Amino acid sequence: MISEESKARFAKEVAKYPADQKQSAVMACLTIVQQELGYVSAESEQLVADYLGMAPIAVHEVTSFYNMYNQQPVGKYKLNVCTNLPCQLRDGGKAMAHLKDKLGVDNNQTTADGLFTLQQCECLGACADSPVMLVNDTSMCSFMSNDKLDQLIDGLRAAEVKS
Amino acid sequence: MNVQQVLAQFVSTGKETVFHNRHIKPQIYADLNGSNWRLKDYEARGGYQALRKVLGLDGGAGLTQDQVIATVKESSLRGRGGAGFPTGLKWSFMPRQFPGQKYLVCNSDEGEPGTCKDREILQFNPHIVIEGMIIAAYAMGISVGYNYIHGEIFQTYQRFEEALEEARAAGLLGNNILGSNFTFQLHAAHGFGAYICGEETGLLESLEGKKGQPRFKPPFPASFGLYGKPTTINNTETFAAVPWIIRNGGQAYVECGKPNNGGTKIYSVSGDVEWPGNFEVPMGTSFAQLLELAGGVRKGRQLKAVIPGGSSSPVLPASIMMDCTMDYDAIAKAGSMLGSGAVIVLDDSRCMVKSLQRLSYFYMHESCGQCTPCREGTGWLSRVVDRIETGHGRSSDLELLNSVAENIQGRTICALGDAAAMPVRAMLKHFMPEFEYHVAHKTCMVPAYV
Repeated sequence: MISEESKARFAKEVAKYPADQKQSAVMACLTIVQQELGYVSAESEQLVADYLGMAPIAVHEVTSFYNMYNQQPVGKYKLNVCTNLPCQLRDGGKAMAHLKDKLGVDNNQTTADGLFTLQQCECLGACADSPVMLVNDTSMCSFMSNDKLDQLIDGLRAAEVKS
Repeated sequence: MNVQQVLAQFVSTGKETVFHNRHIKPQIYADLNGSNWRLKDYEARGGYQALRKVLGLDGGAGLTQDQVIATVKESSLRGRGGAGFPTGLKWSFMPRQFPGQKYLVCNSDEGEPGTCKDREILQFNPHIVIEGMIIAAYAMGISVGYNYIHGEIFQTYQRFEEALEEARAAGLLGNNILGSNFTFQLHAAHGFGAYICGEETGLLESLEGKKGQPRFKPPFPASFGLYGKPTTINNTETFAAVPWIIRNGGQAYVECGKPNNGGTKIYSVSGDVEWPGNFEVPMGTSFAQLLELAGGVRKGRQLKAVIPGGSSSPVLPASIMMDCTMDYDAIAKAGSMLGSGAVIVLDDSRCMVKSLQRLSYFYMHESCGQCTPCREGTGWLSRVVDRIETGHGRSSDLELLNSVAENIQGRTICALGDAAAMPVRAMLKHFMPEFEYHVAHKTCMVPAYV
């Protein structure tokens, strides 16, 4: 259910830790699963548990503790907009409001076409770049004025149509 | 354009926030331009010379472990992550003769709201952190290290992995570093969205593959750390300061700053300024000068307040801040803390109730739930501030807030409880009339709030 490429990445992560501490790789393995499958299902937790020799519940403890793991399927593009105080002072809230309006969804909702999930989030650690937004846990987008947000959403939609 | 091309348009270049030429005598950010992060560029800037000096590969006699630690002590380098603990002293706590495995950990889990300096060190100058960690490992006789990087900056984690590969290929990491008999393996790990893992023992739990709930101290990591083994944990910027200190000496580093507050410090200035960004300046630079580097308060407004050391540090009104210098001792004397060096600037259009509302929500959201005073108390704080802000406050709420804060502070395993309580108490202390007005009039005292 996961690719050979992801399994190779698992092995690379496990190799960082002592042989009797494979569990240390659990966060990286769950991240790799999410990057490939979009979210972490109970089946994926079982797979990671088997791979690392952990109890599935111990893996679930990790999935459910860290904010960035998707415990349910999300849209193809997960948009996390920081609204913490430094961003609130520099239009983080405005960016969130603009996206709600543009996408027609509320916080934690997914557009009907399954393309976008919008989530308010806590500090991304890029406060001077506000408004900031993280796309699919990886691409940090900086200085996201309303114009740039439009450019991003329209650009992603156009890329989808092409593919 | 394909998806990657679309997203690439919005990646920060660092032009606005680091490469603005408004640093003063920078060491860590010196001579960076965004593309010169690779090993060859770092070496061209004098990189890895400190390591060669330590290992005696530059024609000198090399430095003993004690000499490295003594130099760092002399430098008065203090931990850049928030606590400001003397780094040399921390290194001396490591039981160097411990026969088993020992670990070195870099805390790059930069999630304290307002703080964005380590991300730009790792992104634009990753080898300075690697060199600092190798020297630290040498000084404490450690053979394995991890750099735990904030999950939200995954691109930076990938950049750091690339830098590690370069260092390994050049013999700077691994067995018999540069032909010496010193061996050090360094790996990168990442978080995935938990503020609490910036707390050092929460970080260790996370690195062990568990939920990041902090451990009771003592025992301290120096005796019982990663996998129960002696472990030293320092912040990214702390490690990044080490190569300069080794090259130039401890005394020179003190002279860059002021006594007991050596060197330069990177301040992340955010909020109501013209040019938010990171500014590396000597310790003891006046706040007024730092504000000027950031272009001053934006739109010509007046300064109202500053949260000087990340969201957990007590807010200070403009009148106090404008008399402060930016160093551990001066900010502590003024009643707050330098923390991570994240300076959140608020202008006179800001409502302090609304500002506190957002912070209190954050601490409730990020409490790990382990200690009752924090788990329950952060929820109380958030809900009570929220009802004051939304016009449902009661006259007894202000006393209630102080009481809840008192019942959290000092009563939890880690400092997250204090971090939630301190902003509440400081906001009430300095801006009580705004809270009273909110309760009495069900609306904001600051009419211009945008």
